[in-house]
Amino acid sequence: MAESLFLQTVSRLVFPLLFLLSMLLLLQGYDQPGGGFVGGLLGSSAIILQILSFGPLYARRILPIQPHLLVAFGLLFATASGMWSMTNAEAFMTNIWFEQTIPGIKHLGTALLLDGGVYITVIGFTTSIAIFFAEEAENGPEESSEK
Amino acid sequence: MSNHLFLPILTLLLGSTLATILGRWRRVARGIVLLAISANFLYSSWLGNLIFVSKERQFVRVGTLIAPYGISFIADELSATMLFMTTFLTLLVVIFSFLTSIITEQIEDFFFYPLVLLILLGATGVFLTGDLFNLYVWFEVLLVSSFGLLTLGRKQIQLEGGLKFVELNLIGSALLLVGCGLIYGLVGTLNIGQITQRFQNLNSGLLTVLATLFLVAFSIKAAIFPTYFWLPASYHTPPSVVTALFAGILTKVGMYVFYRVFSLIFYINLVDKLTILLLILACLTMIVGIIGAIAQVSLRRMLSFHIICQTGYILSGLGLANEAGLAAGLFFMLHTMLVKTALLVIGGIAEASFGTDELKKMGGLAAREPLLATFWFLAMLSLAGFPPFSGFIGKLVLLKATLSAKQYLVAGVMAGVSLGTLFSLLKIWNEVFWKTLPKDEPEPAPIKPYTLIPAAILVGSSLLLGLGASVVLASNTLAAKQALDSIGYLSTVLPDSPKK
Repeated sequence: MAESLFLQTVSRLVFPLLFLLSMLLLLQGYDQPGGGFVGGLLGSSAIILQILSFGPLYARRILPIQPHLLVAFGLLFATASGMWSMTNAEAFMTNIWFEQTIPGIKHLGTALLLDGGVYITVIGFTTSIAIFFAEEAENGPEESSEK
Repeated sequence: MSNHLFLPILTLLLGSTLATILGRWRRVARGIVLLAISANFLYSSWLGNLIFVSKERQFVRVGTLIAPYGISFIADELSATMLFMTTFLTLLVVIFSFLTSIITEQIEDFFFYPLVLLILLGATGVFLTGDLFNLYVWFEVLLVSSFGLLTLGRKQIQLEGGLKFVELNLIGSALLLVGCGLIYGLVGTLNIGQITQRFQNLNSGLLTVLATLFLVAFSIKAAIFPTYFWLPASYHTPPSVVTALFAGILTKVGMYVFYRVFSLIFYINLVDKLTILLLILACLTMIVGIIGAIAQVSLRRMLSFHIICQTGYILSGLGLANEAGLAAGLFFMLHTMLVKTALLVIGGIAEASFGTDELKKMGGLAAREPLLATFWFLAMLSLAGFPPFSGFIGKLVLLKATLSAKQYLVAGVMAGVSLGTLFSLLKIWNEVFWKTLPKDEPEPAPIKPYTLIPAAILVGSSLLLGLGASVVLASNTLAAKQALDSIGYLSTVLPDSPKK
């Protein structure tokens, strides 16, 4: 993959912006356009931009954990947030509103936690696919199959 | 409200995520997987017993949202029976993969065990959900995870099979989605109970169109003639453990939705117009399946065609459109799930020993491994329908229901195909176990006796199912009664509606 200075500079600049925007989409998702899925897609597009401009190895280095583990953690998080209501003997995934509010977020409840889980899952899934393809494009199919 | 209906879903979700996270420590991950499936097995037997004794459906709303806005989960005898059998088979297949080395560590690292849990999750969701769109979503879970399992190992032949599998199944999913959309446009709800209620007062030609649309979609999922092509194209490519799992679960989930949706939503259409069509399709599936099986020269392809042939029998139970037919079909479904998995597990052991599944390269296993040969022989007798095995009872009740519905032609096809089944199984018996090993072929590797335990349990269960048929048939009759009782279903799902 040819390295382009323009692409690298722009993607460095755009990276935090895209992530902030994706967080915004996540937080306003309860009754406005957005949500965990769309936010996750936007967030993963920030990472995919890094993969495109710096290569998959760099992306693997800056990611704190393996992307496929993110999928598992996100699912686990979403499941756990749905189970919260079961401790009050209510049905699975019943939303619980929190008394305390954080400025900037209108609706704070377990639904947001569930969305957060979806966000993490989507980022993990899209990123692991993108890294997989990028590695295969660089190394050919034989080498990348060892993982 | 019975919150416990979420337990199997939660156990499987937590199990698969934890097994992925802790995948580096193989023993821990395997322990988690075994624990999750065993817990589900215990739960499903408890649930089945609860419903059988109390004769009441279990029902819960996700997030306490009322239909048509929320999704509800509902379990009756039919879903509980299927849940029990599916979990039982998955448990045995997982134990089988622990005991043998067919699933190498390299394959295991491609998330084999989490994917098995996800497949079971998809099936469990299909069995428990009371919402048509949610049903579609669970089918997608099933499809994605089975694609992952099919392509484990990433060989070219696997990708080829996997692509055929996914493409044809996606067509089915798309049709299912279109059907959901049309239903929502027609009656404004996707809750199965509400759809049934509103369809009863609806006199529209669109109902027949919808029924046919769902018929095609489910036919693809259940591998019914003429949409079965994905099955023989893909089942012989993955590790044999995966094929054994698929044989027990995949097409049978398709058959379950056939039973569920056509006994409730489309029952009026079924009795009027679709009976003949379903019976014709069932007969053609049986005939084509058995002809395909006889023509094959490799073990697993042959058994794949047998799966198609057996789904024809199950479909004919639905095609009779009465309680006896449904009960007989359900019993036959349980029997074929057990025996099919048994045959593929035994076939998997033989394949691992020879290193190939081509019949002409195998031979002489009866003298070498008498125990394996015995199990195969018993499973073969059961599938062909010899007493006292479950196959005999299964075919008997199905034939009885067919004859009392005066469908003599269907009964004739069943009997004829049964002979064909015996013939093709004897062909495998001759090739793999009876004939002497071809001279220039390498000696098969010896088989460790403990790898036979799952096969022994499966064959033993088939025998038990045959001996305890009266109890199981009582449960199946209740299941059929509950499946056809739309008023009871409605009063469970919509307790507040005035129609109670």
